[in-house]
Amino acid sequence: MKVIIDVAACQGYACCMMEAPSVFDLNEDEGKVILLQENPSEDLRTQVDTAARTCPAKAIRLENG
Amino acid sequence: MRRVVVVGASLAAVHAIDALREHGFEGEIALVGAEPHLPYDRPPLSKEALQHGPDTTGLLLRSPEWYVERGVDLHLGRAAAALDPGARVVTLEGGASLDYDGLLIATGSKARTLGPASQAGPVYTLRTLDDCVALHERLVPGNHLVVIGAGFIGLEVAATARDMGMSVSVVELAPAPLSRVLGDEVGRWFMTCQAAHGVEVLCGTSVERIEAGSRGSKVVLGNGSTLWADLIVAGVGASPATDWLRGSGIRLSDGVVCDQSLRASAPGIVAAGDVTRWYHSLFDEEMRVEQWTNAVEQGRHAAMTLLGGDDPYIAVPYFWSDQFDVKMRFVGRANAAEQIHVERADTSSMVALFGRDGVIRGALCVNAPRQLALYRKAISDGTPWQDVVSA
Repeated sequence: MKVIIDVAACQGYACCMMEAPSVFDLNEDEGKVILLQENPSEDLRTQVDTAARTCPAKAIRLENG
Repeated sequence: MRRVVVVGASLAAVHAIDALREHGFEGEIALVGAEPHLPYDRPPLSKEALQHGPDTTGLLLRSPEWYVERGVDLHLGRAAAALDPGARVVTLEGGASLDYDGLLIATGSKARTLGPASQAGPVYTLRTLDDCVALHERLVPGNHLVVIGAGFIGLEVAATARDMGMSVSVVELAPAPLSRVLGDEVGRWFMTCQAAHGVEVLCGTSVERIEAGSRGSKVVLGNGSTLWADLIVAGVGASPATDWLRGSGIRLSDGVVCDQSLRASAPGIVAAGDVTRWYHSLFDEEMRVEQWTNAVEQGRHAAMTLLGGDDPYIAVPYFWSDQFDVKMRFVGRANAAEQIHVERADTSSMVALFGRDGVIRGALCVNAPRQLALYRKAISDGTPWQDVVSA
């Protein structure tokens, strides 16, 4: 799976970081998302799905493959 | 199950429908909504949509095609009027009825209105897209807005109106904004923040009455003073939309009473979102939460329960509020806290912790989002209070 983030849309809600801390982090100063892994392994799918679904800014998109 | 009826065209509803189809439910799905609109996103209604006027297409949670692709039979603009759980029938306003094998109740909550004090003139509330349209048209730069109630909606409307160049007064009965839930110290921080942006926050006073006058509406306060208003907005809370369930026999008590897996008290019925009161085993309390993230996750969970699941719903609640440049995020529970400890606070950021029964239950972070992940884990793990609070 491939994770695509929209940094401009990100509002620092931190939901992604709470759901999938090995995939998402936040920049301390700007509070913007940092993608730690662009292609996380399949065992992280549930976490990453939840992160995308619970992002209030809809800043996370997944592509399969 | 042959047919699932989802009542409430809401955030919880679209996530429930997603889960039903993703997990192989091939029967009929009917979606009933009181408003004429497809389900839309509410958080922007007090912020950017209020400031610029709502983009009704941009606010939609799902495109019209999404419902067609999932075979959702839409019944919009007609509220559910009654439920017969024995016959498994939902009756709509106007008399049409839908029978169901599974029913998902997601009717949300509705804005409370002022009591007799509001009789003299229009007092606006903000809950729906139509409310947002009506209010947006009345936010005129230079005019004076009086907001009654310094809860999250009230403070967000105040901030938006101030950003648009209105002069704004907020009246609150409690000693500080948000203090009933977040405590006085946190509340005073928000009061200072609002004041720094030019909002007049008047706490510890009631609104006695509103009269029509020569310069707009005259808001008479309990402390004897008077405010003139071109526009009045009440943000005095919300209550669960359960009127249509009265007399149905399903158990209601400030919401639809559900078990740990979100089942209501009659067979084949689950609930999700603001309307749901359920027992949360992690916090050991019955709760009802009016929060965006809860609606997303409960919608999915209730759908899984309808499909035969039995897992308890134990997600840690999360909510946020944006006011001016303040990004407040809260994880866990603030209600019924025995201890509230402000870890750090300056003019632009704050971290405060909420404890009960010797463990951390909640954390508030203003402009400090990275802390949230740490505290959510501590809350999930039931970490002792003294281990998280700095000396």
